[in-house]
Amino acid sequence: MKKEYAFYPGCSSQLRGSASNYLTSVNSMCQTLEVKMTPIPDWNCCGASIGYAGSGELARHVMNARNFALSEKHLPGQDVVATCAACWLGAKETKQKLDASRALMEDTNEALKEAGLRYEAKTEVRHMVEVLIEDIGYEEIRKHVVKPLEGIKFAGYVGCQTNRPFGIAGESFENPMYLDKLVETVGGEALVKYEQKVACCGGALAFSEPDKSQKQIKEIVEAAYDQGADMIVTPCPLCQANVEIYQAEINRKQGTKLDMPVMYYSQLLAVAYGAAPKQAGLDGHVIQPKKLQDIAVKVVPARK
Amino acid sequence: MSAYQGDFLKEVEARVEEGEWVKMCMQCGVCAGSCPFGPHWEHSPQKIFMMIRAGKREEVLTSDAMWMCTSCYNCVVRCPRKLPITQIMHGLATYAHRLGLAPKMQPTRRFSVTFWSNLTRTGRVNELKLVLQVYFRNGFAAGLKEFWNMRRVGLRLLAAKRMNPFELVFPHRCKDAKGIQRMLAKACEIENRKRGFSQ
Amino acid sequence: MKTAAYLCGGCGIAEQLDTARLAAIAEREGKVDLVREHPFLCSAEGVQAIREGIDKDGATHVMLAACSRRAKTEAFYFPDVAVARANLREGVVWIQEKGEAAQEMADDYVRMACAELKRMQVPKAGPDTGKSKRVLVVGGGISGLTAALEAAEAGYEALIVEKEAALGGWAARLHRRIPERAPFKDPAETGVPALVDAVTRNSRIKLQLGTTVAQTAGAPGRFRVTLSNGRTEEVGAIVQASGFSLYDAARLAEFSYGKSPDIVDQAGLEALAKKSIPIRRPSDNKEVKQVVFVQCAGQRDDSGKHLPYCSGHCCATSMKQAMYFKDANPAVDTVVIYTDLRVPGNGEDFYRSAQAKGVTFTKGKVSAVEADGAVKFRDLILDEDTQIKADLVVLATGQVPNSGVNIDNPDEPDANGAKPISILNLEYRQGSDLPRLAHGFSDSHFICFPYETRRTGIYTAGPVRRPMDIAQAVEDATGAALKAIQATENAALGRAAHPRSGDLSFPLVRLDGCTQCKRCTVECPFGAIDEDEKRYPVFNESRCRRCSTCMGACPVRVISFENYSVDSVGAQIKAVGIPDETEEKPRILILACENDAYPALDMAGLQRVKYSAAVRVIPVRCLGSVNQVWVTDALNAGYDGIMLLGCKHGDDYQCHFVRGSALAAERMSKIDDTLKQLALENERVITCEAAITDIARLPRLIDEYAQTIERIGLSPLKGFA
Repeated sequence: MKKEYAFYPGCSSQLRGSASNYLTSVNSMCQTLEVKMTPIPDWNCCGASIGYAGSGELARHVMNARNFALSEKHLPGQDVVATCAACWLGAKETKQKLDASRALMEDTNEALKEAGLRYEAKTEVRHMVEVLIEDIGYEEIRKHVVKPLEGIKFAGYVGCQTNRPFGIAGESFENPMYLDKLVETVGGEALVKYEQKVACCGGALAFSEPDKSQKQIKEIVEAAYDQGADMIVTPCPLCQANVEIYQAEINRKQGTKLDMPVMYYSQLLAVAYGAAPKQAGLDGHVIQPKKLQDIAVKVVPARK
Repeated sequence: MSAYQGDFLKEVEARVEEGEWVKMCMQCGVCAGSCPFGPHWEHSPQKIFMMIRAGKREEVLTSDAMWMCTSCYNCVVRCPRKLPITQIMHGLATYAHRLGLAPKMQPTRRFSVTFWSNLTRTGRVNELKLVLQVYFRNGFAAGLKEFWNMRRVGLRLLAAKRMNPFELVFPHRCKDAKGIQRMLAKACEIENRKRGFSQ
Repeated sequence: MKTAAYLCGGCGIAEQLDTARLAAIAEREGKVDLVREHPFLCSAEGVQAIREGIDKDGATHVMLAACSRRAKTEAFYFPDVAVARANLREGVVWIQEKGEAAQEMADDYVRMACAELKRMQVPKAGPDTGKSKRVLVVGGGISGLTAALEAAEAGYEALIVEKEAALGGWAARLHRRIPERAPFKDPAETGVPALVDAVTRNSRIKLQLGTTVAQTAGAPGRFRVTLSNGRTEEVGAIVQASGFSLYDAARLAEFSYGKSPDIVDQAGLEALAKKSIPIRRPSDNKEVKQVVFVQCAGQRDDSGKHLPYCSGHCCATSMKQAMYFKDANPAVDTVVIYTDLRVPGNGEDFYRSAQAKGVTFTKGKVSAVEADGAVKFRDLILDEDTQIKADLVVLATGQVPNSGVNIDNPDEPDANGAKPISILNLEYRQGSDLPRLAHGFSDSHFICFPYETRRTGIYTAGPVRRPMDIAQAVEDATGAALKAIQATENAALGRAAHPRSGDLSFPLVRLDGCTQCKRCTVECPFGAIDEDEKRYPVFNESRCRRCSTCMGACPVRVISFENYSVDSVGAQIKAVGIPDETEEKPRILILACENDAYPALDMAGLQRVKYSAAVRVIPVRCLGSVNQVWVTDALNAGYDGIMLLGCKHGDDYQCHFVRGSALAAERMSKIDDTLKQLALENERVITCEAAITDIARLPRLIDEYAQTIERIGLSPLKGFA
């Protein structure tokens, strides 16, 4: 039976956004896995972690609650699924806060009334990775593989916000294994000793504190080289963007020769499931993932 | 206000998001050792909490330590007392900004403000505008220079269709942007009332 | 004497060893009257066979060649005969491959057991069996009251001697106590009035208030205690719960104690709280608005001027006292200045509660308290010198044990500079109070037997043993009361207390050979041996723990036990067949402490860890029991090396007899002279510390030593014996 979710793509993953290829690959992957993702009508920004100076506390919760209310109204009974780490974290934090405080819930609904909405506290908030691991399962994910990603070494860069503070599937914050397991499930080689697995790329401070963030990014990429990685894989759009895009900047400033592709887990699944390069969003990179492109283009899918 | 008399702690408890947790810090320093921007700030979260208890209002609110938070949540998951340190850091930053005590030219403060105003205009972040706003924050000439430095990155993103000039003219927006703005104004009003801020 | 030997073939013994050859050795070399083999000796049939040998054939001495003496003790329980065991299982087949070397090992263990057997007697309980089951409790504080009540409720009579006119001690002076129950959030009632009431109403408990102990003589089961009021009481055991004195804050000149009534110690704050809540300050009777607690005042001091240790309770006590203020008026500022907060037990919850109530905790080191209430300190987090102006300052000073006289230095004042006054006034050769370990606290085996002191039948409880709070003192007192009861029961039966619990042997002395050298009386770790007017040793068997340290000390070898003697071990050493030098087979004698080293070797066997076949192991009661003559005899007999395996000694000793391994180390430090006289290398005799957990390490040590012996070559003394 087809699984249905209320999809919360978030600002960066929408069409023409900086992570639009994430969206493309998620759609392709979900099609194979028979997962129906219906975007929440008229969804809004979660406020992200960095908006705090302007927002205050309640405004942030109200933004997330509006999405919940819309989901409850238009897609009743469906879990809200975010693909962006920050969207998921922000939404989940709001949900926990509202569930725990009647006063906050009342204030939130008082504000929501201005937009003609009401939040009933029925919404569950999930990350796409949780859907994969918990609802679909590694076995089912493996079943659909027609092009195992043989011969590619992946440094699984989990980063921060799909890991902390909530965690995925109850895994350790210091050494979560789900990303490595996903890599192995689709036939790639997971570099489990990758030591920057849960390091921070600087997040939004890549804009405001570029030098400090690029120091982080350099370590993240260099550690992947140290392990002999062909590419980095991550579940977070901001990690993806920071770690991929700034390599050229670091090279320019420091004379390094960083050229490490940074992929989404969903692109790995899409390619393994036989998607064409464009369907898997492989055209959306500034550093070309050649080995993955080769598999997407050249390898003949195995009959399943 | 005299030292270690708790006046500032009480202020923080009343007015700062998650401020009531500050007194529960047991000064172990795990947060300080867990922060990816550890080499860059003057005051660790541990120190900030102790400064609050010691009544150092001015020093805390003018510190730029809170603005160094990357929201990585490492301190939160490692804190043995389960203090929501990231949220407290954001809360203190917000409060300092509200009082006008936060360092004016602190880049993250400026980015944060820009970010919020960017997203509240239409209900969604306009990434291209955001980038331009950041580059041109120090005037047109400085903006052009930064823009020139980053031109290769920009061109590559354009080529990869991850940045689109179309967004400047016909941006993504929520249909009910007006409703969102009303809703946010209300939220602001409620919060000001509850935390005792004048408008 | 009629001897019988039973050889077991089970657990792989028969598969790996020629048991017929062992039987022949027992018969021809061991000269055992009756030799039997059995395939499964600890089975009902096997045990029955032994029983028949005793009952029908009249065996009085039985040798069992089977497993370790520590295994199958219930099956092989024959209290009516002397029993020796040859350890063929853990000692041979489990640690060796099948072969001639293993067989030679087994041959020797059979020879050794036969030799030992003939030098053993069935122990008969000692004649010193006092019958009193009463428990004397010295001290009527919370520890003493608890000990007396626990003893009474178990059906034993108790007598409390308290120097003050009223019961309750320090706890009675508290306003509230640190909570002992969930949720550990608020100060609790002390419970002292109810406890005093329960003690007063209990018909098994007698009280002597305003009284001290003037003299304690005798031994467990028959202590004669003379009180300061002239009364004499007979008791079977004693619990010393003499508590602590507060470290004198006046010794801390920099904290201005005594210069202002608004600077108090923790006891002073309790007194203020008892007087009024909200607490008012002494100088002007105004409500306190800002109070500062100075932790570790004169404690954890490394300057050598004050207490070097942590008293354990004071952090939680300050939290409790800060709550006196906060619970009455949350607007009062309460600041606790600490260097490290230490809250054992459930104190972490209490700490959290104090923080939630708004008590401010500041990591800092206080340098001075001015008479006007200015507390100057270095904030160790903010790394700056700063100060707080308080209208009341509380100094958290530490506990000084009331442990009487330091018997090693009787004129030494206590930490407060007070002249020592004996608590028990023991009529013991070694001194009037209990031996100490450090800082005046009574010695106790902290890991295995925390309530035991070095005086059998006398137990310490509460802060005289180590610094502690009420909850710990109550637990301590309960344990001590039960140990005291056990001591009276053992004494009545003439049995040893731990660790040789139930042993009926006791030291026998051949006084006509005694040279009055006093080594036994001085070295006995338990002060069991007094001296008579002619300076001969007087053994008080009930005080004895049967460690045989006296036997190890005695230069003329006149002290022995019925089942353990210089002769019984010496005969085993001599029974080993030492191959002559042409055979190139070294022999290493191991004397292994039966408390830790020997069990560790047994467990190594259980885990099938292999080690050198050159060793012959003899368990000893304690390394303290090792008489030098065993070492010289073994060297003269041609052993190539001797290893002594015993427990750790020093301040963090593990010796089950406290001083045994330390004394052994002292004695062995002089062995070099002997070796020199015999023209032998220093490596011929080594001493190693071993713990019961050294299951992997000991076999390694043994193999390394075997290599050492190989390196230095066989003993040149071979063949001269």
